[in-house]
Formats: sequence, structure tokens, C-alpha cells
Amino acid sequence: MKKLVIISLLLVLGYSLMNTFSDIEFGKKREGISSYFLEHSPDDLQVANTVTAIVVSFRGFDTLGEVTVLFLAATAMGTILFRRRSKHTGLNPQRKSPQASRIVQAAGKLLFPAIMILGAYVFIHGHLTPGGGFQGGAIIATGFLLLLISYRQFKVEHKYVTWIESLAGLSFVTIGLLGMILGPHNSFLENFLNVGSLNDLLSGGVIALVYIAVGFKVGAELTGILDTLINIRETGDID
Amino acid sequence: MNQILTYSVYGSAILVMLIGIYAVLTKKNLIKIVIGLSIMDSGFNLLLVALGYIKGGTAPIFSPAVAGKDVLMVDPVPQALVLTAIVIGFGVTAVALSLVIRLYRKHNTIKIDEIKTLKW
Repeated sequence: MKKLVIISLLLVLGYSLMNTFSDIEFGKKREGISSYFLEHSPDDLQVANTVTAIVVSFRGFDTLGEVTVLFLAATAMGTILFRRRSKHTGLNPQRKSPQASRIVQAAGKLLFPAIMILGAYVFIHGHLTPGGGFQGGAIIATGFLLLLISYRQFKVEHKYVTWIESLAGLSFVTIGLLGMILGPHNSFLENFLNVGSLNDLLSGGVIALVYIAVGFKVGAELTGILDTLINIRETGDID
Repeated sequence: MNQILTYSVYGSAILVMLIGIYAVLTKKNLIKIVIGLSIMDSGFNLLLVALGYIKGGTAPIFSPAVAGKDVLMVDPVPQALVLTAIVIGFGVTAVALSLVIRLYRKHNTIKIDEIKTLKW
């Protein structure tokens, strides 16, 4: 009975959504703000990847908020899962999960540098090819996840992770403030460097720098989140 | 023909969204509710990206192959918005999962109907 009510409500919702969206013809060219972006991204900023130009330059302030949300999520996870070390075991106990096999360990060691280089490539070339700071950071975090699941004794030093995260966030804000001081229009996150020429590695001015900072920040944050989640002791006892 | 395409593309995205909402509303297992939230998220991302598609358009990247030529490109704005939405969705999932872990520690169960203090 309850399910029937829910399904009928969902049908009403689906019908109204469908009614709204079916007016928008699929695959049709529309005039809108996108033509502005597609014109000004290669001309003014000399950035090949328009999505990067929108995310970092035109909507850069929004990206700062997005990075803050990610930071808040990581902090909230730490706060929610914080637990005093239990009295009888004393120090932080080892994870109970079994040790991975030797093949997995060797392959993990072999793949880790390659994954790091791929991640760094993706966020350094964020303004030229598909990808960017968020994607590159996620790739770097998968490298650390590989090490975390293959080596039981591998530990992420939270001190360094926090330092990298804070410095990256600080450099993002500093670049924004420098744009306010040095930029031609004195606005936040404005470009104040030479934009170079299209499809050069050193093009786009501050966009590349901001995305490198975002890459470091996201990589450190996701690694911290993975480490927090993987170190949970599987017990049901109540504090 | 285009009408069929419009209905099927938007319809499937909306269907994914509705499946997610259904899971959130009916499932008792907290992990399944979190999975439902993330299914809902992907349905919405699919809808946004589909809205920006232009027939015959390439990716909005001025690579050396297309720079300087007059090529049709898909709308980059929904793609940038979806990039934001994916990150926010990740944050929501992470916090929701940690809340589930906390509830499990407190009540020893992840079935919401067995957690007595949540009843009202």
C-alpha cells in the first residue's frame, strides 16, 4: 500500500518533469551564454579547454566554494568518526583486514608511480586536454588507495596531508587576491599573467596554477578521506 | 524521429532519477539509501549533460586539430556545472556514509526501522 502511494507520487513527478523537458528539443543548437564562452575562452584567455576556462576563470569563485565544500566534507567525516582510543588496547590498533597477497603488493608498488604521474599529467594539462584538478586529484587518491589496500602497515601521515591541503587552499586564495591587486580590473581571481598562445603548456595565465593547486588539494583531501574510512575498526561496541 | 530521441534520452535520465528517489523512500537499509542518493545524483547529471548536447558537435576543446576552424561544439556550461555537481555528490556520499557508520556503532544495526530512537 505504502509502495503504491510512493510509486504513484513518483509517476506524477516523472510526468511533470517529462512535460517540462520534452519542450526542449534534444540536440538542437541554441543561442545562449555558451557562445560567449566558446568565443572568449580561446581569444581572451588562450585556454583550449572551454570547460576548464568556465570552471576556473569565469566561475572561479564558485570553484573556490566547491573546494571548500570538499574540505568541509573531509573535516565532517573526521569529526563524525572521531573516537577516543579504547583503554585496553592503548595505541591505535592495526587494521583487522587480512594482508594482501604478494602479487597484489608487488603490482601495487609497480603501478603507484605510474598512477601518480598520470594524475599529475591530468591536472597540469587541465587547460589543454580533458581533465583538470578534480580529476587529477581523484586519480592520485586512487594510487594511495591501491597502497592502502595492498599494504596493511601503510599509513598516511595526516600531518603532511593537512599541510598539503592547507597550502594548496591558501595558494588558491592567494592567487585570487593577487588578481585583485595586479589584475587590470581589480577583481577576485582575475588573470594577471601573460596568457601565452593557444595549446601551449604555458598558456592561460593563472588558470593552470589554480588547477594545479586544486589538484593537490583534492588529492590530499580524498587520500585523507580514504585513510579515515579504511582505518575504521569493525566493532559494534558503544562508547 | 527527433521527438522520439528527445523523449527517450530525457526519459531515461528522469527514470534513473526516479529509481534513486524510490530507493531513498522505500528502502530500510541505510547503505541502500545512500546508494539511492547517488543514483539520483547520476540521473540528474545525465539530464544536465543531455541538455547541453548539440547534434554533430564536438567536445568544447580547441585542440590543434580544430583550432581556428569553424566547428560546431557542444554547450560547455552544463559540463562545467556537472563537474561541480559530481564533486558535491561525492561530499554528500562521504558524509552520509560516515553518519551511517556512526549510527551502526551506536545502535548495532543499519536498518532504520530497528533504530527505535528515530521513530516519531
